[in-house]
This record gives sequence, C-alpha cells and structure tokens, in this order.
Amino acid sequence: MLRIEKRPEPAKSMVYLTPVLALFLTVASSTILFSVLGVSPIEALDNFFVEPVKDAYGVSELLVKATPLILCAIGLSVGFRANVWNIGAEGQLTMGAIFGGGVFIYLYDVDSVFLLPLMIVMGAVGGALWGAIPAFFKTKFNANEILTSLMLVYVALLLLSLLVHGPWRDPDGFNFPESRTFSQSATMPILWEGTRLHFGWILALLAALGAWLMLAKTLVGFQVKVIGAAPLAGSYAGFSQKKIIWFSLLLAGGLAGIAGVSEVSGPIGQILPSISPGYGFTAIIVAFLGRLHPVGIILAGILMALTYLGGETAQINLGLPIAVTGVFQGMVLFFLLACDVLVNYRFRFKSYGKAVS
Amino acid sequence: MDNNGITPRLSLAGITKAYPGVLANDDIHLNILSGEIHALLGENGAGKSTLVKIIYGVLKADSGTISWNGKPLEIASPQAARKLGIGMIFQHFSLFEAMTVTENIALGMPGRQNMAELAKKIVDVSQKYGLPLQPDRHVHTLSVGEKQRIEIVRCLLQDPKLLIMDEPTSVLTPQEAETMFKTLRRLAEEGVSILYISHKLDEIKALCHKATILRGGRYIAECDPTKETAKSLAEMMIGTNLTAPRHMDNSDRGPVRLKAHNLSLESTDQFGVNLNLLNFEVRTGEIFGIAGVAGNGQVELLQALSGEKTLENTDELLLDGNPIGHLGPVARRKRKIAFVPEDRLGHGSVPDMSLVDNAFLSAYRTKNLLSNGLINSGKTRDFAEDIVAKFDVRTAGVDHTAGSLSGGNLQKFIVGREMMQEPELIIIAHPTWGVDAGAASAIHQAIIDLAANGAAVLVVSQDLDELFAISNRIAVIAEGRLSASRDINEISIEEIGLLMGGTNSIDSADNQGGAAHA
Repeated sequence: MLRIEKRPEPAKSMVYLTPVLALFLTVASSTILFSVLGVSPIEALDNFFVEPVKDAYGVSELLVKATPLILCAIGLSVGFRANVWNIGAEGQLTMGAIFGGGVFIYLYDVDSVFLLPLMIVMGAVGGALWGAIPAFFKTKFNANEILTSLMLVYVALLLLSLLVHGPWRDPDGFNFPESRTFSQSATMPILWEGTRLHFGWILALLAALGAWLMLAKTLVGFQVKVIGAAPLAGSYAGFSQKKIIWFSLLLAGGLAGIAGVSEVSGPIGQILPSISPGYGFTAIIVAFLGRLHPVGIILAGILMALTYLGGETAQINLGLPIAVTGVFQGMVLFFLLACDVLVNYRFRFKSYGKAVS
Repeated sequence: MDNNGITPRLSLAGITKAYPGVLANDDIHLNILSGEIHALLGENGAGKSTLVKIIYGVLKADSGTISWNGKPLEIASPQAARKLGIGMIFQHFSLFEAMTVTENIALGMPGRQNMAELAKKIVDVSQKYGLPLQPDRHVHTLSVGEKQRIEIVRCLLQDPKLLIMDEPTSVLTPQEAETMFKTLRRLAEEGVSILYISHKLDEIKALCHKATILRGGRYIAECDPTKETAKSLAEMMIGTNLTAPRHMDNSDRGPVRLKAHNLSLESTDQFGVNLNLLNFEVRTGEIFGIAGVAGNGQVELLQALSGEKTLENTDELLLDGNPIGHLGPVARRKRKIAFVPEDRLGHGSVPDMSLVDNAFLSAYRTKNLLSNGLINSGKTRDFAEDIVAKFDVRTAGVDHTAGSLSGGNLQKFIVGREMMQEPELIIIAHPTWGVDAGAASAIHQAIIDLAANGAAVLVVSQDLDELFAISNRIAVIAEGRLSASRDINEISIEEIGLLMGGTNSIDSADNQGGAAHA
C-alpha cells in the first residue's frame, strides 16, 4: 500500500527549485493540451512565450500587465505569511478603481498636479476599506476571511457595474456603459515614450522594496512572521494577532486598490464595467510562485503577465480559446503545490521489518 | 550476540551514525534482555535520541547491526518497529491538537477502529496502569502531563515487547511516578523489555536493572545502577565531577516584589481550570516554588502572570505595590519581568526561525534591539551569540533554527535569553523538563545566582526534587486553588504529595472535569 509521510529534513534548495520545476511541468503537459487542440505544440509555445516579447513594445506590455499582479501579490503575500488568507484582492482592486476613479468623475474639470496623487491615495483607501470588512468580521466574530473576502469580490464587481451603467456613465457617450475618458492630469505618466508603460510600474517596484524592508527589518514584519509560524510564541512575546489581521488585510487591500486605480488611470484610461481579467485572483498564484518573497513575486508577476500576453497572441495567431490562459495559470499553481507536497512529504510503499539473511 | 548464553531481545552492535559535521553515534553497543528495564543515560548531545530513533526506525544507521531475538534485521520505519512490538513514548508529543484522545490513539493504530470500543479500552488500560484519561476530551485542552498519558496508553494498547520511554516521569507526581514504576515492574515481569531514558538518577537506581551510559556519541559503560551511587552514575555520564547547586541562605529575603491578592481568572477554555482566589507573595532574593499535578490551573496561572491573559481586576496582581493585572506581556517585560513558558517549542520559541530571531522575540525592548524603528541585526546576533556562549548552548551556529536544537539546549537558550535581560522578577515554568542532569544543574545554578543577586524568582514545576533543590518557599496548586506557602525546611515531599490531594487518584480526571464546569 502507498502512503505519504513527512520528510524528516526537507531539502532547502528545493524550495527555490520547485517554481522552476512547476513551470517545466506546465510546459510539458501543455504540449499535450495543444496537441489535443490540434495545434503544433512548438508553434503554440512559441506564441505563448516568445512572440509576445520579441520586440521592445512587447516587453513594455509585459511590464504593464505585471504591474497590477505584483501590487496585489505583494499585499497578499504579507497576509499569507501571517496565516491571513485574503483571496479577495480582485474585489479590493475593483474598489480601488471605484474610489480612485470616482475622484476624477467628480473632479473631471480640475486640472491640477494634485489630482493623480489624490486618486492614488483614494484608490488605496477604497481597497483598504474593502479589506477592512473581512478584518472586522474576523477579529470580532472569528468569521473565516477566505469566505468573506471572496464574497466581497462579487459585491465590488456589481457595485462597479451599477456605477458605470448608472450615475458615472459618460454624458456624451451615447449611453454606452463607460465613464468619461480620463484627462491628462488624471492619467498615470508614461515612463517609456511610445509604449503604455506607466508610473504604476514604479509603484509596484516600490511596494516590493517596501515589503521586503518591512519583513526583514521592522518589528511589524517580525510580528507577521512569528504569528504566521507560531501564534502562541507571538502571544508570549506580546504580539497582537488581531492587530496583524487588521494590518495585513488593510495593507493587501490598499495595494490592490492602488493596482485598481493604476489600471483605470493607466492603460484603460476610463472606468469600464470590467477593468481586470482576474489580476486579483492570479496574484494568489503569483504570491505562491514567488515563494511569498518580494523579489520572487516580481519575477513570478512578470511570468504570469507573459501567460496573459501569450494567451492573447495564441488567440489571434492560432485561434486558441482565451480559456487556455486560465488553464495555463491553473496548471502552474497545481504543479507548484504538487511539487511542494513532494518536497515536504514522500511516498512510501508499506513494508515491514524483514529479516535479512 | 550472546549475553551469558541468553539471547537478548534487542541487541545493537557497532551502531554508527554521522550527521554533517557531527558523529552522533560512534560504535555503540546495547543489549536488552527480555523482561529487563534498561536505562539509557547520557547528556544532551550524547547521542541518546539518535540511537533511539535508529531503534524505532526513524533513522537508518550508517553501519552496525540490529538483532531482534538473535535475528539480524533492518528496521525500515516506525511501522516496522511497531510491527515487531517496539513501542515508543517520545519526549515531544505527536498529537493532533484538534482531535480527541480516542481519535488520536486510533490514528496511531493500524486499520480501522471501533471508536466506542476503543474508548472503553482506553479507560480500562488507563485505570489499570493509573493513568487517568477522559477519552472524549480534545487534546488542545490538555496539559503536558495529560498529553503524555495519551502517549503511554497508546503504546500499552498495542501490547509492546519493547517499550522505549523518553523521560516519562518528568511530568508526574512522586505518587504517580511510583504507580507507574509498579506498572513498569509488572510489565517487566510479564516479559516486556523497557528502554528507559531519564536524567533522574535516583529513579534509575530504584527502577532499572541495567544501565548503558553514552557520552559524546560514544559507548562508555554498561553497569548495574543498583550497585552505583547517583553521584558515580552522573560522573560517568558527564565525565567531570558534579557540583550540587549551592543552596541560598533563607535570611537574605528582601521586600515583596510580586503579590497576588485574591487572583481569579475564568478560563476561556471549556476544559480549562478557573483560578480561584489565589494569594501569594514573591520576595526579592527568594525562589518561590509552585508544585502541582498538570492540569490544575498552572497553564492559566502562567497566562495570568505573563499577561497573555489580562485580569479583569488589575489590583489582583501587584508589582512592587503597583497594580499590573491589566498590562499585556510587553508592558510587563518593560517593568523587568521575564518569563520562561512551559512549552519551549512553539511557545517559548518559534521552531522554524533562527536563534537570532528567537533572541529578538522577547528581548527586543529590554535589550534595545530596534534602532530607528528597524531591527538591529548586528546587535541581535551579538545577543544571541552571548546567550549561546554564557549558557553553553550546543549548536552549530546562531543561524540554525530553534527547532534543530535538542530539548535541553533549547531550554538553556530560552532560560538564557530571559535571564540575560537582567529581570527583577522571573517566572519560570518547568525549568528543566526533559533536560539532562548536566544542563539541569547549570539551569538551577543560574536560577539560584539570579535570586542571590536580588531578583525574585517564581518557579512552577511538577518535579518536586527540583523544587526542593532550589526553592526557599513552596506552595501547591490543586484544582485552581493555591495552598498556603510553607518554608522549604518545614515541609517534606510526602506532605506536598498529600497537598496535591485527591488529584492523585485514578478518578481525578473526573474531578477536574467537574471542577472546570462548576
């Protein structure tokens, strides 16, 4: 009989090798998938991983897509380290877009250098507010944050839809469910002329740097790690578990909110009924693929952004359905978790002590 | 293989096991006859745990042979060991906190179990051997002592031929230990071999037929402990002459530092014990001991003292006359109170974090390890290295995780971390639980020195020998109430055993349950 048991000493190096291995396995199994779909696997992989980044514009697009992924994943990773399982970054991102974008809707004729900073701040506030709801229920009633944060995603999406179809509709927009197009002073500055790479990328890098500094060097970062690893030792040291729940949900919400506002005032340029192809959910994969480490998250964010781009390219060139992107991302997470299990556990065939002659 | 013509039940020859950089076992020999209680003696790092893990199939020896009833074989896994009839009671428990006693025991047994039948068997075995257990209680609500009983009962249910016990009596009262010795002697008469690991030399002299002594990974000697003195055994084990801790003179007791006045605390745990009007004082320069059987309110008392649970009425706990009952752990540490909790893995330390981080854990305020809001890693590292050096913590370096240290070394580290913060009051739970004689005497000496330098010390322990060795005054906690304190010279171990009272009998678990709901 087969059974699973914990390895006495998991190999340290494997922790960093598993993401690579997971990626390799994803590529290997996707060749089967492509063959079944009747597409040459080599051509498909070329379309997925090489075509999109063949030119400078492609590379810039990669960073554009990585921006919201990294912003959301950084926030989530802090919570995951503290055993706070916030999976509602998509909703927090949407609320950030509503709050940040809302500033422009009401101040659309203001032309000031302070407009964009105000929008970013309000975006963070909106996301944090959405993160505060699960934090409140978790600390007050011990409600499971996985459920509350996930359900709030759909509330946020419907709220966005309501606003765009109703009061925030562009008065000159022929009744299309779209807001006004953002003015110059409400738009993220472009970093690279001729591309869509915007200031949000800098914000994402700053968030990663800040998170790294926070985790490695500050007391609150230390508290996050201790409470995640040994809650009793945390209370022994006098660290408040509730404080850390609030902190990680507000932080994740705030960063996801910034991601939301940087989308609407960046590449999208207006508020639409749908502003994210699931960045908030993909960020969960990014956080784990990046081993909950800021540097790893930047790399994983770029990689996951490539699957979005590759999915589009494959759709255009090979007529593959866009769902392939989701399958691809799902496989990465699946293989990553499977590899992690094998790093920490091993399979053994049941055998009892036998006499050796 | 022969031992005076008799084939030993278990025979080890030339067992060698190397870890990177350390030779944990170097050519070890061990013979255990059937029906023999065999002691395995050695300091921390002597290689006892490694050897036992090899016998139990957790580790594989690099070389050497294992014979079972004269037949050489390989023990590939703990299941293989259990199949042979080897049972093991570990020093660190392997229990699922969220499950009941019965469920935990069922998990350790092969095949499916009829839970109701198993619960009945558990009660039978536990009564037969004087180990009270309620089968339907959840493990997270149990104290260390009660958790150990689960492990013992779990082994006994499987009719072992060889029982390995890693310091089993460290959480029992003298009466309970004596009951267990009777059990063990009976088991031995029934032909069960017992490999008994303990640092309590008197116990080994009283119980064991034979002793194998290890030092630094090497086999030192096999002897008959009944023919040795405790001192000679300890000297073989440590290799140097032992100095007993110097007992302090009672006369230099100073003013009251900590005073509990009608301290009460309702437990938030449905199986917990409510603290009921506790009164005691701890003076500067004295060591005040609180004895008692596990699960009589020690956990709750320690939480109330450390600030992990704050008191409703702040006046019930006074430090130098000022109320501190409402303060949390950080505020209490700021007032120069230090704590060593009961469970060193996961409570006193974070197992997966380095010793540097674990040094920071409770000392960052008192040792000023934050500069400009950032962790001063250089200073923290120096502090961790200081602890390791001053308290003789054996580790390959301060970057290793707390979980990689042996129990005794981790305890020295935690005690060291708390003492080096120069506390004026230190509260220590079970200072030497599962710690060998060498480390225990070092920890005892450190506690005595701290008190001699003017600190007030409160020790909560179930080890009466320990309390008698170091404390000046002693009180007993039973069912959430504290007895009046008595001077150490006025009270005997037997009297304390009686004060522990009705809780020593087999049906005590029921009484405790009743008290918790009352």
